[in-house]
Amino acid sequence: KMAESSDSEGEDLVSYGSALQPLQEGERIKKPVPLQEQTVKDAKGRYQRFHGAFTGGFSAGYFNTVGTKEGWTPSAFVSSRQKRAGRTILGPEDFMDEEDLSEFGIAPKDITTTDDFASKAKDRIKEKARQIAGVVAPIPGTTAFDDLIGPSKITVGVELLRKMGWKEGQGIGPRVKRKPRRQKPDPTVKIYGCALPPGLSEGSEDEEDEYQPENVTFAPKDVMPVDLTPKENVHGLGYKGLDPSQALFGVSGREHLNLFTGGSEETSNLLGDLRHSKGRKLGITGQAFGVGALEEEDDDIYATDTLSKYDTVLKDEEPGDGLYGWTAPKQYKSKNRPEREFKYIGKVLAGFSLASKPSAPIKIYPPPSLPRNYRPVHYFRPVITAGNESCHLQKALEESTGKLESDPTHQSRHALNAAQRREQLGETELKGSPAPSVLEYLSEKDRERLKEVKQASEQQMKAKTVSQQSPNSRFQLASPEEAAHKWQMLLGGQVANAGSSDFKPFAKNPEKQKRYENFVKSLKRGEKGERLERFFDQNMTEWERGREQEEFFRAAMFYRSSNSTLSSRFTRAKYEDDVDKVEVPRDQENDIDDKETAVKMKMFGKLTRDNFEWHPDKLLCKRFNVRDPYPDSSVVGLPKVKRDKYSVFNFLTVPEPTTSVTQATNEKIQESNSLNKPKKSSRWDVSDKEKEKKDSISEFISLARSKADVQQQPPVPAKEESGTGTTETPLTAVIDEDKNQEEESRRPPMDLFKAIFVSSSDEKSSSSEEESDEEQQPTTSERQSETTKQVDTADSSSSNLQENVTASTDSGISSLPTSKQELDATEEFGPKLPPAFSSGRFCKHLDRKEKHRKTRERHKTKKERKRKKEKKKKHKKQKNKGKHKNKKSEKDSSSDTTDSSDSLSDMDTTGLSPKELLRR
Amino acid sequence: DGNYCLTCGSDKTLKLWNPHKGTALRTYQGHGYEVLDAAGSFDNSQICSGGADKAVALWDVTTGQVVRKYRGHAGKVNCVQFNEEATVIVSGSIDSTVRCWDCRSRRPDPIQVLDEAKDGISSVKLSAHEILTGSVDGRVRRYDLRVGQLCSDYIGSPITSVCFSKDGQCVLAASLDSTLRLLDKDTGELLGEYTGHRSTTYRLDCVLNELDTHVGCASEDGHVYFWDLVEGSLALSLPVGQGVVQSLAFHPRLPCLLVATQGQVTLWREDAFQPEGDPN
Repeated sequence: KMAESSDSEGEDLVSYGSALQPLQEGERIKKPVPLQEQTVKDAKGRYQRFHGAFTGGFSAGYFNTVGTKEGWTPSAFVSSRQKRAGRTILGPEDFMDEEDLSEFGIAPKDITTTDDFASKAKDRIKEKARQIAGVVAPIPGTTAFDDLIGPSKITVGVELLRKMGWKEGQGIGPRVKRKPRRQKPDPTVKIYGCALPPGLSEGSEDEEDEYQPENVTFAPKDVMPVDLTPKENVHGLGYKGLDPSQALFGVSGREHLNLFTGGSEETSNLLGDLRHSKGRKLGITGQAFGVGALEEEDDDIYATDTLSKYDTVLKDEEPGDGLYGWTAPKQYKSKNRPEREFKYIGKVLAGFSLASKPSAPIKIYPPPSLPRNYRPVHYFRPVITAGNESCHLQKALEESTGKLESDPTHQSRHALNAAQRREQLGETELKGSPAPSVLEYLSEKDRERLKEVKQASEQQMKAKTVSQQSPNSRFQLASPEEAAHKWQMLLGGQVANAGSSDFKPFAKNPEKQKRYENFVKSLKRGEKGERLERFFDQNMTEWERGREQEEFFRAAMFYRSSNSTLSSRFTRAKYEDDVDKVEVPRDQENDIDDKETAVKMKMFGKLTRDNFEWHPDKLLCKRFNVRDPYPDSSVVGLPKVKRDKYSVFNFLTVPEPTTSVTQATNEKIQESNSLNKPKKSSRWDVSDKEKEKKDSISEFISLARSKADVQQQPPVPAKEESGTGTTETPLTAVIDEDKNQEEESRRPPMDLFKAIFVSSSDEKSSSSEEESDEEQQPTTSERQSETTKQVDTADSSSSNLQENVTASTDSGISSLPTSKQELDATEEFGPKLPPAFSSGRFCKHLDRKEKHRKTRERHKTKKERKRKKEKKKKHKKQKNKGKHKNKKSEKDSSSDTTDSSDSLSDMDTTGLSPKELLRR
Repeated sequence: DGNYCLTCGSDKTLKLWNPHKGTALRTYQGHGYEVLDAAGSFDNSQICSGGADKAVALWDVTTGQVVRKYRGHAGKVNCVQFNEEATVIVSGSIDSTVRCWDCRSRRPDPIQVLDEAKDGISSVKLSAHEILTGSVDGRVRRYDLRVGQLCSDYIGSPITSVCFSKDGQCVLAASLDSTLRLLDKDTGELLGEYTGHRSTTYRLDCVLNELDTHVGCASEDGHVYFWDLVEGSLALSLPVGQGVVQSLAFHPRLPCLLVATQGQVTLWREDAFQPEGDPN
């Protein structure tokens, strides 16, 4: 139906392609030929290949007979006596088909103009004919347009040059009158009839110019194009391998080289090499025609080495370059250049030339000289300059005198802290917010002193503002004074406390030390500025004085940790010493010292353990068949924190904001503390409760008794770890809850807990405790009776104990809080905390510290108790043995024996674990 | 797996033995300096070794050829271990790094470098998901891949050898103060301490027996000491030879001990010992 319609409308439609053959009725539709079987045949029915030997579409053999039954039909081989097979020279054409020789084949026979000649060299005749045609044509000049339209292969520059008379192969520039070149007579090379082809190199051209007519000028030499071949090898710049053609041809080659050395060095090496190799072939030197009997030049064939060919004298320059093209840089020997320029070079690489002008020397600017009081960190100092605003400020200061807190409020907007700002704004104090400042935590005495200092400084400030009226003095005095003021403000009472007698930072220089001590004393008294100056050496310059003052301040600041009251809380900053560290691990294995002690006391466990976050490589996880614990972190290994490189200035500036590292560590510690806390609180709380009771010995005895009573009834562990036991639970639970509520807010997710704390040790210890309890159970009654006896000895020994609390022989837990405190101290107070941090977190830590101290005390007492118990035990044992020693000797030996017994018992209890675990 | 024994020595070769018959099966040559440690894969098809030529080599057992050689350590390779599936070689070197090499791909550089140690690594052990390293800086470090955590236990004196207990809950560490310490893996607490032997200069091995009931350690006085794990009391001291007992290996399942001393390896076992399976 469709066909009919198309037939009927056939005239109107445009049809593309060949129509399909009409389908016969009943005939099956032919399967489409698969792609690989589709073939193309040429006019003669030969298969055409699309990718064949040369161009494709080129059938092999006679009508594709190669490989078929007929096989290859070679060109007829006829050989007989009469008719010898003529020696036929086969060209490539013999192996080609006709198509290849046609216009579009690979070897067209027709002569066509190539691109090079297509448009630029036009036929004169054609042009003429065209001109004629143009005249004849109806519109004259149309053909002229053809010329314009015709593609021009020549660039405009070349065309212009040609117009100016330039010929290819010549240099550009005014014509030069060339000096007749002194031709070196070369006896070894005989130039026969034909000369070296001209244009091959300038050097050979020059040779021909033997005579120089006076009036002839020459075009300047063509500039050699820059060699743009990229460097592909890894050899040194300008390196060329040993050229075998030069090296092997021996003497004659070398001598030939000699020919050109004088004249054509300026041409590039690229051409030079070409010339050398070619010149040898083209410069017909006799060898090309074979060796005649009359000719002497047979060294190539019958190589007879004579001594004359070798140098007998060491010359400064070798004939040729003597390198056989080994390394390219040749001796640069042009004479017309000033020698001094390249005296030091000797050789110039290919493609390089000496600069005509020496490059301008790089100007070096000296660094700016720093002003005396330059600080790299901007410090917002309370601006009190005399003059315009001073009256207002002064007034404000006057009314604020005597008030401790209010004086900074009016100094500057920036000096306000959050609490002050809040006060000014009239907001209510945040509930539960930490105490507003560090001052709260200083002792009363310190606070008094601080107050004094502040008042004094205020006085001083007022005096200063007055004194600053005279402009010239102001300018000189202001900076050190202000600096001093700043220092004082910063250090506050702490500096005043510093410099106690035992500390001598300038011990090497006694005079200086003396000055320093005076200085500190005066600082304590709150003196300022000029009055401080008198302690300095009068002989010194002002600058020196200022420096020393700075130094003293720094020293006072730096060594304030030696202060007796604060020294327990401060240790040296951890990161202060390693100055040039740029990147440090976020968590570092903390001090070895306390670990050493812990190891010595065999208190392994939390003391000796450091836990870090560690990121394994993803591939490593894969290989271990383990899920990546940190699937979206790109870190591998321990997480690192970028850290600013310390500079010298960091020592000068005190109020440097803490680096992120210390923050991070602080937070980390805090976290870990909060982690530890809920777990430990129960134990501490127990002791807390106990501590309240036993202030005196009598109370203690009663407690011990009651405890013993309690212990007899239920199977409560007698050990110190039994703090978590059943009897105390009601009390501890309550306190626990409180604590937990406290901790609730900043508690990390549970799994973190688990990872760290869910260990088998708890179960272990509890089970083992029960065992040990059973042993101890029968003894308790006896013990009770003995308590009264033992009290006095225990008391006396406890005084010893208090001295070496940390040397306790517990399994590491009992003394943990104390060392933990130390740890805290190092971590928290080591790096200088800026005043900005004094709110919030800082307070909390102080808070904690106090708690720690308490707990330490508690532990002391607890330990006493424990020790007593142990002693009781031992006493009992000894009684049983019948060896009743006197108490003194026992006291002496007590620490040793308890050591061993403790460790033994520890091993007993804990050593079971793997076995038990195996059983499970 | 208890059927073969690998020895390596300063003759730059590794040797594979059948310790039960006392026959040498094969020699592997290819290291440039003395070979310091070797380990076999779980299927006995591959051997890894590390030597003083700073290279870790992976050998094919049957052909005796070096399949791969990993270079990257800056110092002698003290210890090598395969992981459970022999896809990773973990090597510890005196350059204080532990490097994990990939056996599967042709990567020439390690998968990961554990460079937390401050001093040379003396011993490396692997469990299914942990890498345990003992270092001369006196720390036992345990890298837990599953949790993503590094636990570092400070022991004090240089660690010579570490090993896991069979139950994987404890870590045994031998140090140069002639002490073996059994630490709880999770908390780092000291569970036991074993002394009596002498270990002050050499890198000596420590082992746990097949049931975790005893702790063994080589000693410099030519004995092998065994302690009761729980009680910590000396249970046995085997007089092995005159010199230092260099290496020690316990059969994974049977009461059978291999001891290397002064260029010879001796096998110790009970009289009624039957080597399991057919060592073929």
